[in-house]
Amino acid sequence: MADSILPLAVEGLSFRAGETSVIEDVSFRIERGSRTLVIGPNGAGKSVLLRLLHGLLQPTAGKVRWNDRAFDVARRSQAMVFQRPVMLRRSVIENVIFALRIAGNGGHSEQLAHAALERVGLAQLARRPARVLSGGEQQRLALARAWALEPEVLFLDEPTASLDPAATRAIEEAIGAVHAAGTTIVMTTHDLGQAKRIADTVMVMHRGHLLEATPAGEFFNQPRSPQAAAFIRGELIW
Amino acid sequence: MNELSESLALALGLVVSADAGLRAIAGLSLRVSGTAVLIASALALPFGAWLALARFPGRQGVIVVLNGMMGLPPVVVGLLIYLLLSRAGPLGALGILFTPAAMIAAQAVLIFPIIAALARQVIEDAWAEYHEEFLSLNATRWQCAQALLWDMRFSLSTAVMAGFGRAIAEVGAVMIVGGNIDGVTRVMTTAIALETSKGDLPLALALGAVLIVLVIAINAAAQTVKILAVKRHG
Amino acid sequence: MVTIGRGQFAALALAALAVAFPVAAFAQEKFIVVASTTSTEDSGLFRHILPIFKAKTGIDVRVVAQGTGQALATARKGDADVVFVHDRVAELKFVEEGFGVDRREVMYNDFIIVGPKTDPAKIAGSKDVIGSLKKIAASQSPFASRGDKSGTNAAELRYWKQADIDPQTGKGAWYRETGSGMGPTLNTASAMGAYAFADRGTWLSFKNPGELAIVVEGDNKLFNQYGVMLVNPAKHPHMKKELGMQFVDWVTSQEGQAAIADYKVGGQQLFFPNYRKAG
Repeated sequence: MADSILPLAVEGLSFRAGETSVIEDVSFRIERGSRTLVIGPNGAGKSVLLRLLHGLLQPTAGKVRWNDRAFDVARRSQAMVFQRPVMLRRSVIENVIFALRIAGNGGHSEQLAHAALERVGLAQLARRPARVLSGGEQQRLALARAWALEPEVLFLDEPTASLDPAATRAIEEAIGAVHAAGTTIVMTTHDLGQAKRIADTVMVMHRGHLLEATPAGEFFNQPRSPQAAAFIRGELIW
Repeated sequence: MNELSESLALALGLVVSADAGLRAIAGLSLRVSGTAVLIASALALPFGAWLALARFPGRQGVIVVLNGMMGLPPVVVGLLIYLLLSRAGPLGALGILFTPAAMIAAQAVLIFPIIAALARQVIEDAWAEYHEEFLSLNATRWQCAQALLWDMRFSLSTAVMAGFGRAIAEVGAVMIVGGNIDGVTRVMTTAIALETSKGDLPLALALGAVLIVLVIAINAAAQTVKILAVKRHG
Repeated sequence: MVTIGRGQFAALALAALAVAFPVAAFAQEKFIVVASTTSTEDSGLFRHILPIFKAKTGIDVRVVAQGTGQALATARKGDADVVFVHDRVAELKFVEEGFGVDRREVMYNDFIIVGPKTDPAKIAGSKDVIGSLKKIAASQSPFASRGDKSGTNAAELRYWKQADIDPQTGKGAWYRETGSGMGPTLNTASAMGAYAFADRGTWLSFKNPGELAIVVEGDNKLFNQYGVMLVNPAKHPHMKKELGMQFVDWVTSQEGQAAIADYKVGGQQLFFPNYRKAG
């Protein structure tokens, strides 16, 4: 489509925090409809990378090109789910309505919000105060909130890191549904199993560098970089 | 000690008999300070939220001055407002000197910095937690301010109560701009000052006791509302 | 919308504001502002005579009780309609400067000196104010002065002058200026065991005498004249000329003067009406 923000082209992206280099010379492409999982040890720069793509941080060098759309326009077609969900002190459905209103979608916000909650299985909790929900439920709410905006790209930063397996499963199912509805997924994780379950493309970050970006099937059989191979074997790499 | 027990007995007597004089001055205290709090909050909360989120050169200076003004001496505020409202002053034509309206104005000015400074801190602290989410949603600064003001309503209500406490307890400002006129601008604090100057210390203490109990009762009511709200809405 | 109801909250706030001030009721009241002294207010005189005036004329008299100095300043700025104070010298100056008109002498009481029962200056029972002040200075006995430009304070300073003594020489030692009204100064004198110069009206209605008692009274010099006058409408056109004049007229009328004489505390009359038409 002419007005899509994909494909995403990243060239020579770097980010420094003071004297330290956090991301160094990263380049890659993301195509529409893909499920890209970014893996790597803690401190590799995965979260920072996501924030740079989503515009929460400004790069110190390099370019993030969203199909030549302007950056802030592009962000309107994106949404993000953070590791710890931040909910407003209002009901579950009002949190979704809030996001819709800000996006200028106030018109049918009640119905749209309800539909989003149905998709993640939270419809019966619609009137509950959002903050009394469990961690897994709040994360599903965050997902519903992002999904209601019908983004082209959904970023997720270690969304299940603090959740138990049942909640993790629910989130992964929801992610699958979002993707099936046409959203491109870009997600970080330190859980290799999760990467195996979800990814169609795997990007490996290590010490701020992008080691490889490989189709998933190929990656798990034969990673291209030695550090990635070591990582898969379960060794600590730094 | 004798004086204290005499005062407490006097206080109890006044309250139980619903003494008309007491009701009048207590009622006026509540109306003046209550209205001042409403007006000050309506201005100070949005201002505090704006200051918390805005970024401009000299911002730290503004914060320092605002915080400093929490310690504005009431008598100084009273004097300044008096000069403004006097017939000889710029706003004299309003003719509100020596009326409750002047007292409300003076108290609103007095407590604005308290509510604004505390609101600024509360919102700024909340911003640390919320800002990535808001940024991700492309919220405008005004939308963020509104959302945070409502979300932090429990902490902000404490700031508002702090303002109310300051207002209802002060005597310097309302004495000067109100004139402590019997039946018109006499409030609890100016009545206490008057009875003290007449040497009627037991009555002054009794009024003081009533005032303290009144303020505690109001705080208790506010706290109860808060607790119930938190229970229901998280 | 939001569960607690932002709309409900706003409505509540507006309702509270509406209840807080029945503004309409206020605007329709007839009232004047009288700048007066703490001695007349604290003694309770106004509580006694003003309801009579209101019943007769429907005019609400709002008394702002400050020291004489502050009362004249308030009137000078046009923030009062009538002045009712007790410093003849300052009042006449006020009229001369054009800020007041139609000054009338309305009532008098007298000044007294109160002091501790121990009476270190040995003046108890004296009828000589000047001589007593000289003895107080000579013995350096503690003396609490108002020091606040009030009518009482102005009178006190005049007596010191007549005694040829500058009390400032004792400042910080035996002469203590409290910078406050009659009541607080008496409180301080009582606590410090000091002498103080007071008007009888405030003294009689003062409820915290402690160890203080009257030590000097009855000197003709201790005559304390109160005057009432209208603020000059020429200087402040907005002021309530007719209503203010009604008050001045009434307080110097037979009825008003009788009301003043009627006021007693503990069986004792505090103020003595003495208005005489000029000429």
